[in-house]
Amino acid sequence: MAGVPAEAGPSDDLTNSLAIIRAVGTEGRGNAEAAVAWKKVADSDASAIVPTLAAMDGANDFALNWLRPAIDTLADRAQKNGGALPLPDLGTFLLDTRHSPRARRLSLDLLAKADPGTADKLLAGMLNDPSLEIRSEAVQKVIALAETAATNNNKTGAELLYHQALTSARDIGQIDSVSKRLEELGQPVDLLTLFGFLTDWKVVGPFDNTDKKGFEGAYPPEQGIDLAATYDGKAKKVKWQNVTVTNKYGLIDLNQVCGKLKGVAAYGMADFYSDQAQPAEVRLGCATAWKVWLNGKLLFSRDEYHYDSSTEEHPLPVQLQPGRNIILVKVCQNETVEDWTVDWDFRLRVTDAIGTPIASRPPVKVAAASSQQ
Amino acid sequence: MKMARNSKNLIGSASLALLLAQSVALAADWPQFRGPSYNGVSEDTGVPVKLDRKDVAWKSDLPGRGLSSPIVIGDRVFVTCCSGPKEQQLQVLCFSATDGAKLWERHFWATGRTMCQSKTCMAAPSPASDGKRIVAFFSCNDAMCLDLEGNLLWFRGLGRDYPNAGNSLGMSSSLAIAGGVVVAQVESESDAFTVGLDLETGVNKWKLERAHKSNWSSPIVVNEAGREKVILLSSKSVSAIDPDTGKVIWESTNAGGSIPSTACSGGVLFVPTKAGLAAMQSSAPGEEPKQVWQSNQLRPGYASPVVLNGKVFTISDAGIMVCGAAGTGERLWKLRLKGELTASPLAVGNYLYCVTEAGTVQVVDITKPEGEIVSELELGETILSTPAISRGAIYIRSDSHLWRIGKAATG
Repeated sequence: MAGVPAEAGPSDDLTNSLAIIRAVGTEGRGNAEAAVAWKKVADSDASAIVPTLAAMDGANDFALNWLRPAIDTLADRAQKNGGALPLPDLGTFLLDTRHSPRARRLSLDLLAKADPGTADKLLAGMLNDPSLEIRSEAVQKVIALAETAATNNNKTGAELLYHQALTSARDIGQIDSVSKRLEELGQPVDLLTLFGFLTDWKVVGPFDNTDKKGFEGAYPPEQGIDLAATYDGKAKKVKWQNVTVTNKYGLIDLNQVCGKLKGVAAYGMADFYSDQAQPAEVRLGCATAWKVWLNGKLLFSRDEYHYDSSTEEHPLPVQLQPGRNIILVKVCQNETVEDWTVDWDFRLRVTDAIGTPIASRPPVKVAAASSQQ
Repeated sequence: MKMARNSKNLIGSASLALLLAQSVALAADWPQFRGPSYNGVSEDTGVPVKLDRKDVAWKSDLPGRGLSSPIVIGDRVFVTCCSGPKEQQLQVLCFSATDGAKLWERHFWATGRTMCQSKTCMAAPSPASDGKRIVAFFSCNDAMCLDLEGNLLWFRGLGRDYPNAGNSLGMSSSLAIAGGVVVAQVESESDAFTVGLDLETGVNKWKLERAHKSNWSSPIVVNEAGREKVILLSSKSVSAIDPDTGKVIWESTNAGGSIPSTACSGGVLFVPTKAGLAAMQSSAPGEEPKQVWQSNQLRPGYASPVVLNGKVFTISDAGIMVCGAAGTGERLWKLRLKGELTASPLAVGNYLYCVTEAGTVQVVDITKPEGEIVSELELGETILSTPAISRGAIYIRSDSHLWRIGKAATG
């Protein structure tokens, strides 16, 4: 079993049952065997709680959803029977950030049920926790303190607390609400930088998307990027244009770049320089149909128009290569005429798994230095 | 209004070779969205008509939001909720029907997308039960099956298996169970299918590709000459499929809609369409039904139609109830309810129970010439969920509470 070993040594039967549950996969693979194993785990005593939490380390999302209700069952039974939860082990598990973020969040919940005061104090020190759920809850407590300070006309205290919350927040909703509060207090926030949206783009379009055929079809930018090329657009020749984003939410408004059109498609291309090979998420906000490629590989596509809010993000897990990474986005617009179907835009940033922006680090231009040598 | 020839003879004819009768699960249970017959009609007696605060038997806390209906099996009430950042935490809860005590609560994490419009949430589709197991379903297309004691029997992350299925407004199609198969309609612009999951293991028995159109309506199960069929509605068509194989038995493109769900009563399908409401009936088992009538004056809003005592009732988004003749589609009367409705009405005896978005339960006596609201009960919370009726009591949920209104449950 992958991950961090639990302190207590579980029985072979429990270990085997947890391994069977961890083997579940897509399309319901392993469900029948997991149901038998689940009952064995759920029928164990409270000593099985921490090993079951540890089994979440490295588990896939299907297995996580088998393990979590098993822990619900174990904890319920322990509490109904007057038995104690293994609080010291749960605390140790929570504080070991190598464990699964979700398992640690669950351990915090269990601690909070038994000892809410201690859980609350621990949470206060978890503003920068690697678990997004724990971090968000800790941030929310700071936001509540800031609200109280503001209500009590303690402007300085409110500002400091909102800034503290903003530094740690990764949840878009929390960042948005805190930045609005700070703006009300006369301290505007540079959201474009805070979120880390990519700001330097090359854009080409419009191409034809009549009858949505531009979504499935592949225009020349999908065959290879040639920034000097001229292409046959929908009604005229089109060339790549430089676009620098200034919108605070990182939006590239294609209606401005390409013209306010319907039944069209455009491409955006950006370089992203990574100082190392690393896992990351490409996060796209787009209210119309889109496709995204990284280094020529299609990451995902979505053929849906104007259902989405472009303030939402589609997180796409990727592996960045060291040096230059080429991000290509195709954004399509449909032909409907309603007022609410006008938007044709996108925004994109690169983050870690919980939304911390990863900065692009272009190579330093050394021409001047070289000439001096 | 368009009328088919001989429509009156067609409906209610004793000589009909076809007898469509809705699937009836365990008597007095309320096993899925709109009850045992998937049409919002309860055969119960003793449901209070003159609602009063003293009729509230109990009120229990819920841990999260939900538009899904409660379901009732024996003396247990099951509810789904969602909570947490981006509503990624999903809950299935079991309460005692007798006193509202929470018996168990199981948590899951969404594996699919949790984007949705703010009015709805992940706990929008209603769960379903075969009387022995509960299958819960969420807008993120996660499905889980538990026994009545809360033991997990299987889990499916359809949102992970098929990541393009789902729209960003939120999904709401509820589950149907027929012949040991759980039927889930997962239809959106980007991907669309209806899947039959083995009730025992959750694995696909079949997967039927569907038109890439957004769809929030729910499947219903009808029994035609002893054979269960699942009726699917979409904006393109209404169709019947074999729950065991997923094969299409018939498909009619004469009617189509995507928000309220179909009702079946007396062998007639009442199909919400973009143009209003259509009545459809087959002349022989397995044959594509023909349109009997269509009325643009009976157009439903979010709420699904209900048929009671030869009359069909629809409710507009603005809360206008319209009563029509089930046999002809002729509009008989209109009644303005007090408030807007998302929840579907339920029918018991001569009364319709309607819950407004503002949380007012209104009881309408349909025997009055123009319909009449005969009692009201203010619950004081936003309610978008269709209630359940079982053993003389009504079960209603909001984003925060579950109520039982009516006499003590007798098991």
